[in-house]
Amino acid sequence: MSEQQLMVEKVSKRFGGVVANENITLSVPTGSIIGLIGPNGSGKTTLFNSIVGYHPVEEGSIRFEGQELTSMRVQTIARLGLLRTFQQTRIYGQMTCVENMQISVPHNNEGIRTMFSKYPHEVTEKAESLLEFVGLFEKRYLMAGDLSFGQQKLLEFAMALMNEPKMLLLDEPTAGINPTLINGLIERLKRTNADLGITLFVIEHNMRAIMNLAEHIYCLAHGQLLTSGPPEQIQKDQKVIDAYLGAE
Amino acid sequence: MNIPGRQTLLYGIIIIASLIAPGVMPAYQTQLAFLWLMVVFALSWDIIGGQMGYNSFGNIVFFGLGMYATAVVQRNMHFDIEEYVHVAGRVETLTPVQYLEGLFLGMGLGAVIAVAAAAVLGACILAMGMRGQYFGICTLGLGVAAGELANGWEYIGAGSGLVTPVFPDQLGERGFFFYYIFFILAVIAFLTLRWLYSGRFGLAINAIRDDEDKAEAMGIHTTRHKIVAWCISAFFLSIAGGAAGHLIGFIDPTEVAFAGPTFGVWMILMAILGGKGTLWGPVIGAVIFHVTQEFFWTYLFGWQRVALGALIVCIVVFFPMGIMGWMRERWPERFGYRVEKSQAAGASGGGEL
Repeated sequence: MSEQQLMVEKVSKRFGGVVANENITLSVPTGSIIGLIGPNGSGKTTLFNSIVGYHPVEEGSIRFEGQELTSMRVQTIARLGLLRTFQQTRIYGQMTCVENMQISVPHNNEGIRTMFSKYPHEVTEKAESLLEFVGLFEKRYLMAGDLSFGQQKLLEFAMALMNEPKMLLLDEPTAGINPTLINGLIERLKRTNADLGITLFVIEHNMRAIMNLAEHIYCLAHGQLLTSGPPEQIQKDQKVIDAYLGAE
Repeated sequence: MNIPGRQTLLYGIIIIASLIAPGVMPAYQTQLAFLWLMVVFALSWDIIGGQMGYNSFGNIVFFGLGMYATAVVQRNMHFDIEEYVHVAGRVETLTPVQYLEGLFLGMGLGAVIAVAAAAVLGACILAMGMRGQYFGICTLGLGVAAGELANGWEYIGAGSGLVTPVFPDQLGERGFFFYYIFFILAVIAFLTLRWLYSGRFGLAINAIRDDEDKAEAMGIHTTRHKIVAWCISAFFLSIAGGAAGHLIGFIDPTEVAFAGPTFGVWMILMAILGGKGTLWGPVIGAVIFHVTQEFFWTYLFGWQRVALGALIVCIVVFFPMGIMGWMRERWPERFGYRVEKSQAAGASGGGEL
C-alpha cells in the first residue's frame, strides 16, 4: 500500500448540541479513489468542510502530506493542492466558461506583480483543452450562469482540474446529472485519476456509480464511522443496508 | 469595418469632441468639468461596487480626504495659516507656478493618504471578512463619521469650511483649466481600468463578486485583491477630490468634501444606471445622469430635488441591470457570448448535457 496522503484522526465536530462528526478516523492513500457514503445527514459534507478548513473542528487532527490542516485557512489549504467541489455546484455565473477556467489556475506563487498581469497563451490553451475534455468547448464563450445544471457541474469539475490539485474532494459529482451520462462522467473521473495522478475522495449517493468507481469505501451514519472496506464487502454489509433503510 | 477599427474610431470621436467641447461651449465649461468628475466618480465606484460586488456607500471618504489634503498643502506651502484663516484665503494671489505646485503636490499627497486609508480600512473591514449588507452599512458609517470629524477639526477650518486660494488669472479661465484636469483624469482612469479588467486582476474581483466562498475554496488571494481594489478606487477619487476642491473654491465638510447624500449617492446611481460591472456602463451612466440633472436645475428649478429623487427611484426600479446590462441581456452575441463551433481538429469532447 502506498503512503497515506490524507489522514483524518479522531475528528469531532459539533454544531451546538448536534454532533455532526464524532471521532472519525480515516485515511486516503496517494493516487487512490476513495468513496464516502452514508444516508442524508450522516455528516459527509461536514467532514469535507472540516478537511478544507471551512470551519474549525473541536477535536482531532487532519493532515495532508504531513501538514496539519486544522489551523489553516481555506485559501491556504486550497493552495496546498487539496481542492473540493461543492454539492450545490458553484461556478462564477457572470463570467464566461473560459474566464471561469482562467481564474482557476493554481494560486500558490502569486505576488503583486502577477496580480496585474495577463494570462499567457498556454493558460487559455489549457483552459480550452480541459473544456473539450468535459465537452463544453463549443460553449466556452457563454456565461457560465446560463449553462444547465449538469453543464455547470462539469465546468466546476474542469475548473478543479485547471487548479492542478493533488487531491480532489468531490461532493456528489453525479447528483443532478442525466442518468444516461453518468457512465461518461465516471469514465472521466477514472481517467483523471489514472492519467493526471490526482487522488479522488468522493461523496456519492449513487451506489452503482460509487461501487464502480472507488477502490475503498467509508460509510458514515449518525456522524460516526459505521464501517469501511472494498465495494463488494460494503455492498453486502448488513450494517450499511440497515443504515440506509433506517433500521437501528 | 472590423471591430478594432470601429473601436478606434469611437475613441477618436470621443477624444476630439471632448478636447474641443469647452472651446465650443464656453458658457458650460464648469458643467462640463463636472461631467468628467462624474465619470471618474462612477468609474472608481464601479471597481468595487460593480466589478467586485461590494456595495460601498463610503467611497466619498477618499474624495474628501484628497480634497482636504490638497487644500491644506496649498495653504501651508504658501501662506501663514493664522492669517489665511482670518481673511478666508483672500491674502494675495499666487503665481501660476506656485498654484500649480501646491495643487499637484497636494493631489499627490492626498492620493498617498487616501490609498493608505483604504489599505488600513480594508485591513480592518475587508480582511475581517465583512460582506454584503454589513459592508454597505459599515462604509455608510465611515462616510458620516468622516464628515463629522472634519466638521469639528479647527486645523482644516471645522464647520466654517476651507477656502482654496484664488485661481491665478494668468492660467486662463478656472473652468477651462479644470475641465482638462478632469478630462485627463477620466481618460487615465478609464484606460487603467480597461487594462486591469482584461487581466488576472479583473477576473479575480469578478470571481469574488460571483461567489466569494468558491473563490476562497479555489485558493484565490481574496483579501489581497479586495484591499487593492479599494485602494485603486481611493486613488482616483482622492485626485478627483483635490481638483474638485480647487474648482469649487470652497470646501464645506459635509456639503462638498464628505457629501454622502449627493456625490456619494450619485456615484452609485450613475454606475447602476449605466450598468454596473461593465467598462462603459459607468461612463454612459455618468453622462446621462449629469445631463439630466443639469436639465432639472435649468427647467424645473424649485422642483429639481424632487425630480432628481423621482429619477433615482426610476433608475433603481426600472434599470437595476443598467443600460449596458440590459443590452448584454438583449444581444448577448454582440458582447461575444455565443456558441462557437470547434475549429480545432480532434475535438473528442464528451456527451452533451
